[in-house]
Amino acid sequence: MFGQFGWHAITLLLIAARWTVLLSVLAFALGGLAGFAVALVRTSRSPVSRTITAAYIEIVQGTPVLILLFLAYFGVALIGIDVPPLLAASIALTVFSSAYLGEIWRGCIDAIPRAQWEASESLGMTRWQQLRHIILPQAFRISLPPTVGFLVQLIKNTSVASLISLVELTREGQLIANANFRPLPTYVAVALIYFVLCFPLSKYSQSLERRLHVGRQS
Amino acid sequence: MYHFNFTPVFRKFPEILSGALLTLIISSLAILLGFAVGVVCALLRTNGPKPLRTLVSIYVEAVRNTPFLVQLFIVYFALPTIGIRLTAVEAGILAMVANLGAYAAEIVRAGIEAVHRLQIEAGAALGMSRLQILRHVVLPPAIEAVYPSLTSQFILMMLASSLLSAISVNELTGVAQLLTSLTFRSFEIYFTIGVLYIVLTLLLKAAFQVIGFASFKRWRRLGGANLVFAPVQRFRRMLESARNA
Repeated sequence: MFGQFGWHAITLLLIAARWTVLLSVLAFALGGLAGFAVALVRTSRSPVSRTITAAYIEIVQGTPVLILLFLAYFGVALIGIDVPPLLAASIALTVFSSAYLGEIWRGCIDAIPRAQWEASESLGMTRWQQLRHIILPQAFRISLPPTVGFLVQLIKNTSVASLISLVELTREGQLIANANFRPLPTYVAVALIYFVLCFPLSKYSQSLERRLHVGRQS
Repeated sequence: MYHFNFTPVFRKFPEILSGALLTLIISSLAILLGFAVGVVCALLRTNGPKPLRTLVSIYVEAVRNTPFLVQLFIVYFALPTIGIRLTAVEAGILAMVANLGAYAAEIVRAGIEAVHRLQIEAGAALGMSRLQILRHVVLPPAIEAVYPSLTSQFILMMLASSLLSAISVNELTGVAQLLTSLTFRSFEIYFTIGVLYIVLTLLLKAAFQVIGFASFKRWRRLGGANLVFAPVQRFRRMLESARNA
């Protein structure tokens, strides 16, 4: 393996990429659940809970992912257990995506015209019925392009987990480059694998945007 | 039960502040240069010759679909193997500029495409050259329209500068890692650092508002509901009414 970069290294990278995918899926699923709750509370009628979720979003979006990761890593260790990196990374990325997805979906709920709320209220619907049958189905439609776009951000941000030595794609690249002293082909291969994961999603997000005639919001 | 101990944080606070200062300096530099790269790339992509357009879009897509950390490693670890040696700070700034340039290019391009065709035709009718039209007719409203997206991208870049600690730059996160290994008070230190990043974010947001007000006439006209300038304007109105009375 010394001094060369070949199929062996590429196989190792692809195996490590499974962890990148797993971490992305975990963080997206858990962060999506939490983010959905954040979005609902953020658009609720109680000013107190609206303020609390707004503060939560502001705090998470004002902190680097890396710091969230360290806080999760060293914070869970405070209760006296040995923290597996995958757990710390999942917690940090879940918090991260819950704030961003919460804010994205809040925007989508707010984008539904007020008249839709009023019309459904005049039909005697409860708040939950309004959300379930009128507001959320429409919000879901416009939320698709930015949500897929965020998934790309999330996949890229899983690379940060390499800094607490979770052996995902970036960390494996580092290990290989340290062994074969060929950082250029190694890191370019790593970048290419990320590109293969992210580029189709980026394009899909753009085509969704065009198809739904939603205004362009990066 | 764990006992929190913030004493090491207080004792090392000057170091932490110097790290925050370096984060601010590096980020400001990267934002200025990255914005310039972004504007040039956006202009090339919308108005440049065909081969350049393709090149720019390859650059933009390549950067936007790979992690910043990997870009940073390529600049710092891989460029020396082809003879380009940079210090950690230089490599960090270069990676940030390259990254931000691509995002800014995409944002500014959206603004340029939103400028109405008739505006450009009107400029041509006045005998302006192509460059003059771009400089005076297209860019100002384009940048004003996308200014909010641009500034949130700038703030994301400042936050991403924390990754420079991975190539041993002693910015805020780098200092934190150093202090953690000296004091073993990891949670307390990273908690403090997190608060400082939030402070930096708020600082940048305020700075971008001031810059927006200084640059865009329309903002000054509609500035009533604004956080930073509302008190200033209220004060000015008070002075004016006092003078008139």
